[in-house]
Amino acid sequence: MPDDHAAPTSRSNAAIAVRGLTKRYGGTTAVAGLHLDIGVGETLALLGPNGAGKTTTVECCTGYRVPDEGSVRVLGLDPRRDRARLTPRVGVMLQEGGVYPHAYPDEVLRLFAAYYRDPLPPEALLEQVGLQGARRTRFRDLSGGQQQRLNLALALIGRPELLYLDEPTTGLDVAARRRTWELIAGLREDGVTIVLTTHLLHEAEALADRVAIIDRGRLIAAGSPDELTAQERPSLRFEARTGLDTGALAAALRVEVRECEPGVYEVDAENHPDLLVALTSWMADRDVRIEQLRAGRSSLEEVFLRLTEDAAGQEPAGRRPPTVRDAGAVA
Amino acid sequence: MTATETTEVDRRTPRLRAVLAQAGMELRLLVRSGESLLVTLGIPLGVLVFFSLVDVLPTAGTDPVTFLVPGVLAISVVATGLVAVAIQTAFERKYAVLKRLGATPLTRGDFLVAKGLSVAGLLLVQAGVVLLVAALGLGWRAEGGWLLVPALVLLGALTATALGLLLAGTLRAEATIAVTNGLFLFLLLISGVTFDATALPDPLAVTGAYLPMGALGSALTSALAGDGFAVLPTLTLAAWGIAAVAVGARTFRWEP
Repeated sequence: MPDDHAAPTSRSNAAIAVRGLTKRYGGTTAVAGLHLDIGVGETLALLGPNGAGKTTTVECCTGYRVPDEGSVRVLGLDPRRDRARLTPRVGVMLQEGGVYPHAYPDEVLRLFAAYYRDPLPPEALLEQVGLQGARRTRFRDLSGGQQQRLNLALALIGRPELLYLDEPTTGLDVAARRRTWELIAGLREDGVTIVLTTHLLHEAEALADRVAIIDRGRLIAAGSPDELTAQERPSLRFEARTGLDTGALAAALRVEVRECEPGVYEVDAENHPDLLVALTSWMADRDVRIEQLRAGRSSLEEVFLRLTEDAAGQEPAGRRPPTVRDAGAVA
Repeated sequence: MTATETTEVDRRTPRLRAVLAQAGMELRLLVRSGESLLVTLGIPLGVLVFFSLVDVLPTAGTDPVTFLVPGVLAISVVATGLVAVAIQTAFERKYAVLKRLGATPLTRGDFLVAKGLSVAGLLLVQAGVVLLVAALGLGWRAEGGWLLVPALVLLGALTATALGLLLAGTLRAEATIAVTNGLFLFLLLISGVTFDATALPDPLAVTGAYLPMGALGSALTSALAGDGFAVLPTLTLAAWGIAAVAVGARTFRWEP
């Protein structure tokens, strides 16, 4: 076999170039003319509501799907035609499944190691993802978080240059999530190109160099987390019981107030001590407990919500990302 | 940390190592599941021992053990190649194992070769166990077929595996369990492998003779009796294999 592995990856080129990608399933358009570039060594978070086209986009890049229109180049190659040259350089983490239910973690890692010429040592990797204690537990008997971590290890075993992570921390507890974040941050340090889909906005904020927000198969915003939040107005947000009289509160505070999510309120004003006093005394009069209060520039979460809601128009609330509360809880 | 510089990593796929590791994994999984072992080893051996000792079935005038050994070999081949492989593969598809493997350097061709190797390996052991039990426990002696029998077992294994994969790649996993087990029982009854097929109504007996288990059974009977190569049954078996590969290559779905 020719040593095509040694061919220099032209560092100037994009690791992934998506051009006018369109993909339809029957009558539904999952991706509609998407353009996206991901630089070599970049960590990109693909963000969007459920059904936005994130997974379809990634699956066109991994070669699982054939674009109906447009093109996808990965490391300068065609994901399907050049599969044999690409797969040794790429690591993939599926959202779920992907492993023999009756197999043991260490045996699956050793199996995957056998596919690559120069894999990572399976034992060390098993420890790195915190599965050394689950060595003799069959995959189907692992917890959801353990399955996720094994899937991550399987994506890493071949020392990939490019890594696709589909919701890598879904189902992980806080400690495991932190460990996974550290692992991903380390890979990023090492220059691995990472494409990450997530619906956890703080995950995107913490890990990604750049965020691409996708809705209804289109790119609606892209940039670093700082760039995306820079143009946002300052505001004050709090959580309380749902159904507060926002009209009365607005009148009391003399600024606009809206309930942007059930139980999540946005006060359209700069953070100011007087404003806080007015707000808390209004709440005290009505015996309403404020669960959370945050002032300052909007988070990525708010940018995300505003952009996807704009795009959705008067769509029902079902299209909103399901874990916004999760994101807010850490912000 | 984990990844290294791209230029330092030798990325040529070690195909032989990959295929052997894959075959080893498939083989371990085939013997790991108790249900699967019951079908692949338990049923054939049970049929052999029970009906050899309890002479209740018509055996075409021959000694029951002599009649049963080739039939039980054919049953083993279908049990492992068709039933066990189909069910195992159907669940691999359902749980996105096949999809995940599609993103590794293991090619689909290499994957199928590995699967074939694991079935062939398991079947050689199974056939050995059947012949040992027959020879040591039931006083059976072969009249011939020392070269022909392994070749027929391998041809049968390829055909049965191709049929198993055809089902696993087309049906849902749960449907695959039902269809393969139903098919197995049907073949067991009409193929002339447990009792003489002339006891059956003619149309059933003829159908059975042209289905894979019956064809393999007759070819093995002829070989073990020292009558040599049975052309028509062997060609029938091969035709099933070729048809299964041709159809399977078009219809097999790798994704859940």
